[in-house]
Amino acid sequence: MNLNDAQIERYSRHIILGNVGVEGQEKILAGKVLIIGTGGLGAPVALYLAAAGLGTIGLVDGDVVDLSNLQRQVIHFTPDVGRPKVLSAKDKIAAINPDVRVITYETRVAAANIAGIIKDYDFIVDGTDNFAAKFLINDACVLGGKPFSHGGILRFDGQTLTYVPGQACYRCVFTAPPPKGAVPTCSQAGILGAVAGMLGTIQAAEVLRFLIGKGELLVNRLLVFDALNMNFRTVKFARNPACPVCGERPSITTLVDAEPAVCDLKSRGRG
Amino acid sequence: MTLKVNGKVFTAAEAALTVAEVLQRSSVANPEMVAVQLNGEFVAKEKLAQTPVAQDDEVDFIYFMGGGAKRDI
Ligand SMILES: [Zn+2]
Repeated sequence: MNLNDAQIERYSRHIILGNVGVEGQEKILAGKVLIIGTGGLGAPVALYLAAAGLGTIGLVDGDVVDLSNLQRQVIHFTPDVGRPKVLSAKDKIAAINPDVRVITYETRVAAANIAGIIKDYDFIVDGTDNFAAKFLINDACVLGGKPFSHGGILRFDGQTLTYVPGQACYRCVFTAPPPKGAVPTCSQAGILGAVAGMLGTIQAAEVLRFLIGKGELLVNRLLVFDALNMNFRTVKFARNPACPVCGERPSITTLVDAEPAVCDLKSRGRG
Repeated sequence: MTLKVNGKVFTAAEAALTVAEVLQRSSVANPEMVAVQLNGEFVAKEKLAQTPVAQDDEVDFIYFMGGGAKRDI
């Protein structure tokens, strides 16, 4: 791949970075990344990856833009209310950077479709808001040998880890979805919009560092932050021998749909 | 006894405590809400109440976090 003059100018602040350079920028331009969920996390991920010149961005979301999304889902604008999120996001990506090829999947990930959707991508970003999807993405990526970034946010808090094949996975930390009622429901919980942006941009940086192959990814460690007091910490962990999907005696060998948590059922009715 | 809980100093008057008691005193209302490590090793939920902690042990607990968008994908 040879960068043209416009690309050299557009990506000049990457190219002059010692750890990126022309070579790293070419890897970004050749990268294929799937973002599952174009909400609070997926929005900043998609914006930064588009600006960075990602070759192909896949977007998975079955929802339409709701007025209550605009407080944090910065890729969607007021006139987009009512439009499918993947189409709204695709328009913004095209406006930021016509170099990027966008593939949209106007659907939810489920056991039946996820393996087929992720198979053509180099890296997967979990930008979903529910545990059923988070565990499904983990299992599909572990079984399919795909690296992915987990992201979770709640109120003022965020957490993220990166999985690469052979290393610890999300289930090594969180064995199974929490039982109903153990975790606050979505409507009780709330989220400071900027916290979604903080976590999403960390996930975008993980994607870019994965593609250029520089630095230490959040592999075998979980980054947790509390933006109310602005404290960050990383918790190290190793592969869990008892992990149900990547452990010594895995009980999960095929994908199944988990029961949605109680908050998903409640919010589903609200449209 | 002095421990490190989530990177911070934690002191207790007792000489014997379990991981479950440490979580309780750290305002974890329900142990189902967290993943727990003792000195870098995960402790299964059903073992929290039987696992003792000792001087200078490090306990880390991490909350489940969903979030992102409004509905599931
Ligand atoms: Zn695992």
